[in-house]
Amino acid sequence: MIQMKNITKTYHMGTQEVHALRGVDLQVEKGEFVAIMGPSGSGKSTLMNVIGCLDAPTGGTYILDDVDVSQMSDNQQARVRNQRIGFVFQQFNLLARTTALKQVALPLMYGGLNRTERMKRARMALEAVGLGDRMDHKPDELSGGQQQRVAIARALATNPSIILADEPTGALDTITGEEILGIFKQLNSQGITIVVITHDPDVAAVAQRTIWIRDGVIQEHHG
Amino acid sequence: MNIWESFLTALDSLRANKLRSVLTMLGVIIGVAAVIALLSIGNGVTASVTSEIQAIGTNLLSVSTNFDNSDGFQTLSVKDVAALSDPLNVPAVSQVSATVGGMQEVIGGSQSLRTTVSGVTPNFFAVNNRNEFESGDGLTAADEETRARVAVIGSDAATSLFPNSFPIGQSVRINGVSYEVVGVLAASGSNFGSGNSDVYIPLSTALARLYTDRTRTGERAVNQIIAQAVSETQTDAAIAQITETLRREHGIVYAADDDFQIFSQADLLQTFNTITATLTAFLGSIAGISLLVGGIGIMNIMLVSVTERTREIGIRKAVGALKRDILAQFLLESMVLSVLGGLLGIALGWSIAQIASLALDVTTVVDAGTILLSTGFAAAVGLVFGIYPAWRAAGLRPIEALRYE
Repeated sequence: MIQMKNITKTYHMGTQEVHALRGVDLQVEKGEFVAIMGPSGSGKSTLMNVIGCLDAPTGGTYILDDVDVSQMSDNQQARVRNQRIGFVFQQFNLLARTTALKQVALPLMYGGLNRTERMKRARMALEAVGLGDRMDHKPDELSGGQQQRVAIARALATNPSIILADEPTGALDTITGEEILGIFKQLNSQGITIVVITHDPDVAAVAQRTIWIRDGVIQEHHG
Repeated sequence: MNIWESFLTALDSLRANKLRSVLTMLGVIIGVAAVIALLSIGNGVTASVTSEIQAIGTNLLSVSTNFDNSDGFQTLSVKDVAALSDPLNVPAVSQVSATVGGMQEVIGGSQSLRTTVSGVTPNFFAVNNRNEFESGDGLTAADEETRARVAVIGSDAATSLFPNSFPIGQSVRINGVSYEVVGVLAASGSNFGSGNSDVYIPLSTALARLYTDRTRTGERAVNQIIAQAVSETQTDAAIAQITETLRREHGIVYAADDDFQIFSQADLLQTFNTITATLTAFLGSIAGISLLVGGIGIMNIMLVSVTERTREIGIRKAVGALKRDILAQFLLESMVLSVLGGLLGIALGWSIAQIASLALDVTTVVDAGTILLSTGFAAAVGLVFGIYPAWRAAGLRPIEALRYE
């Protein structure tokens, strides 16, 4: 599913070079639930951006679903994000003043699906996260947990290869956080590959495997 | 994603921010309304002046004294009128009428009125397209020959002098002599030398009793000779023939200048059209500037909106929006704003034009050209001023956009 070999990422900040990733080797198999942990400044976020095709690596190869995505153009990356990756963010990142149904249908619209198909799939995704009765609600009419479920539904709707979650429970209280983790577990049990980036050990405990990253390199794998 | 989806997305986004959308449109609304209102008022004034001049007749030529070359004398005489009435002298002229006039106190019953009293030839009313009478009739050849003491009065003069009685058969006193009212002219709609309060008496009577000026050579003087060319295309020929005849009659030598001047209604029309076209263009360009300012307003708001919606753009890009999807959305937003603003502006401008047409008593003309021009201009404003903000939005990198607080 994900095969990364010797991925490096270097930023230029003024005259200074920042080596955010210094040769990451990473393998994630289909159906896995993997947590990536590390302290802040470890390169965690950069790794997530590279995995999510939000940013291209400086060097190395990244093969996603047998396709080399490491040297793609902006538009090609956008297509990969649209079709193969579902994002869940800490701050939910929903569009303001837009109903849950439209939020979830958004990636399908950019994917070029017709309206009927979009709405059908968006409804199914919202039902899958237990929000079948909140489809016409806008973000400010939903609780934090409900907003995050909308975000998960949006990630699910395109039927992606992996769901990539960045601190998905970071903005939620413990009980709601557990509910969200429950949804991830349930989705994983249906065969969906999930990669969670977190610094919370309780979140990592839910995953089958934890990968530690520090100073831009993978440290160790926990079984 | 196709353009229709981009359009719907743009509409959604404008609907979500109604107040901002309306405020942004305001500049274009006012700009387009100003263009429509000013151009239509300009066109209306032009049309009304043109129709008034055409109502008098574009084949009319007015001959009067050129006081620069007359040593203070009147130069046109009844003899000139006779000469110009001869088709052998002026074949391009079909009719000639003459007038002499001045301000007089006119007394009718217990009322009095200070107005223009003109001595005119019997064909004066026909030549000037004023041959319609509210009651009674015009002056006759017999009136002219017998120096009859009869008068034709304008409709306003009739109401002021005889507010409670039928004017025909009544008498009016001018300079101590009484005249029988034989006709009342129908009101002329024209605002332009309408003469609705004027009083007309036979030319011969006026020359004998009121206006006794002589020319240098001792002839009885008239103020104005109005010649009707046989057709509008013959006016230039008529001018040449009148000039030749009058120079011969007045004995003007080869090198000397004319002691008379000829104006044609066509000249007048052209002058008016030039003036009103300049005015319309001037007003239109002021309105155009306000439309431009409206466009800059759109660009301003769209740029602010791109910054404000950085996160939204980041989300859209994260879930797979291409550069061109974002570009299309923002460009369509600014174009919808400007075109919608343009349409509302047309409605507002049209309303202003209607109010103006009541207030100014001018039929304003909102023509398709004006509407197309301002709508096209508004759309172009949206496109031109939308490009930069849309390009900025499309160029945002998703990770930076998502990180934006």
